[in-house]
Amino acid sequence: MKKVLKQIISNSEEETKNAGRWLGRLLKPGDVICLVGELGTGKTAFTKGIAEALGIQEIITSPTFTIVNEYKGGSKLHHFDVYRVNDPDELYNIGFEEYVYSDAVVVIEWADLISDIIPDERIWITFSRDAQGENGRNIIISFQGKRFENRFMPLT
Amino acid sequence: MKDILILGIETSCDETSAAVVRNGREILSNIISTQIDIHKKYGGVVPEIASRKHVELILPVIDNALSEAGLELHDMDAIGVTYGPGLVGALLVGLCAAKALAYTVGKPLIGVHHIEGHIAANYIEFPGLEPPFICLVVSGGHSHIVHVKNYREFEILGQTRDDAAGEAFDKVARIIGLGYPGGPAIDRAAKNGNKNAINFPRVFFNDSLDFSFSGIKTAVLNYVNTTIQKGNNICVEDVAASFQAAVVDVLVQNAVEAARRSNSDKVVVAGGVAANSFLRAKLNEESQKYGIKVFYPRLGLCTDNAAMVASAAYYEYIEGKFAEMNLNAIPGLRLGER
Repeated sequence: MKKVLKQIISNSEEETKNAGRWLGRLLKPGDVICLVGELGTGKTAFTKGIAEALGIQEIITSPTFTIVNEYKGGSKLHHFDVYRVNDPDELYNIGFEEYVYSDAVVVIEWADLISDIIPDERIWITFSRDAQGENGRNIIISFQGKRFENRFMPLT
Repeated sequence: MKDILILGIETSCDETSAAVVRNGREILSNIISTQIDIHKKYGGVVPEIASRKHVELILPVIDNALSEAGLELHDMDAIGVTYGPGLVGALLVGLCAAKALAYTVGKPLIGVHHIEGHIAANYIEFPGLEPPFICLVVSGGHSHIVHVKNYREFEILGQTRDDAAGEAFDKVARIIGLGYPGGPAIDRAAKNGNKNAINFPRVFFNDSLDFSFSGIKTAVLNYVNTTIQKGNNICVEDVAASFQAAVVDVLVQNAVEAARRSNSDKVVVAGGVAANSFLRAKLNEESQKYGIKVFYPRLGLCTDNAAMVASAAYYEYIEGKFAEMNLNAIPGLRLGER
């Protein structure tokens, strides 16, 4: 069962990053975070916030081209962007399982494209444009699985 | 002086490539997996992204490179291989092959940084070109301005803080329905459009020559959505031309500024976006104002290939900088890091 952890209305890239920082502080190694939303709705900005909260100093750039970027700071981060992936098999070919079942926080942009092969215990975040104005974004953070229930239920 | 022959191997992303280069400047062979009729010869499909396919392709590609050069593995003076940045699984295939071959014939192994390879592609294209110069590296995965101080010393003067330039082209092409690859499609459409039709943002930073192309992608998307919401049609050619002009403005201004700051009279372009005709025209025009000369390699040397790796390896070879057999793949390898 998917449960909503938090619903956020962001009015700028900075506010989206802040939402990522907030979530990042609650994360543990091995967590899988799925980001879903159209181009330009703030998925990479949100990831920048998560990375900051994890103590990663490097600039988080888009992994669209290489599919995955790896970062090491206070914690490890595997940042996926599967926008370019046509078939989940292509991900197995780059060692998807080794990246996902690991001691790193795993962020997957465009996760809806490969939903079937992502572990069931996951945080699922949707980004959509708010009807009000060009910069408004609705961000809904939900979670499923025992892994998150004890940690997140008190916060809902 | 004896000729130095280097076998180069490149598997950092999609392409499996091997090449033989003489003295860092002359290509004897440069095989890229997609050029071989693998389907016919080895059966099966070559997927777009499939690093484990590198395993199947690497040996036939190396064999092809040696036979096209008319040489044997024993004729090589060293083996150069990309060890980062890139996908770890993909890099490891090339690296393991290179180590095995180097060990078998008792020749030195040389680790090459992928971007240093892109820069070295220009040494092949322009036999007289020597550092120092400024290099603008622009591709689907990279956007860097590098001060190449000598063959082995690099300083990054600017890099992207979010999307790479080529990535912005691909994404915008998708938004306006031009398909993949986006670079050539936008370049073509833009020729029939008005680059002043829409004023897309140009992002410059006060404290550096860094790039940011994520905002312009969002701006194009907002423009398209609002226009359609109002019940109007978008003019694809105008959007393409206006977008391209905004990206090129930033690339050109920062590259020229980098050259002026480092008193360099040469700007060298590398990476797939170097093929963009508007970038070429604009960079030529701006550079001329300051007496800066611009260099572009041919397209085949702009995209990932092993000849560029062999060329970069040559300059390591003549300095005697060899790798140990425990050389590992480093997916996030920084430029100039060794």
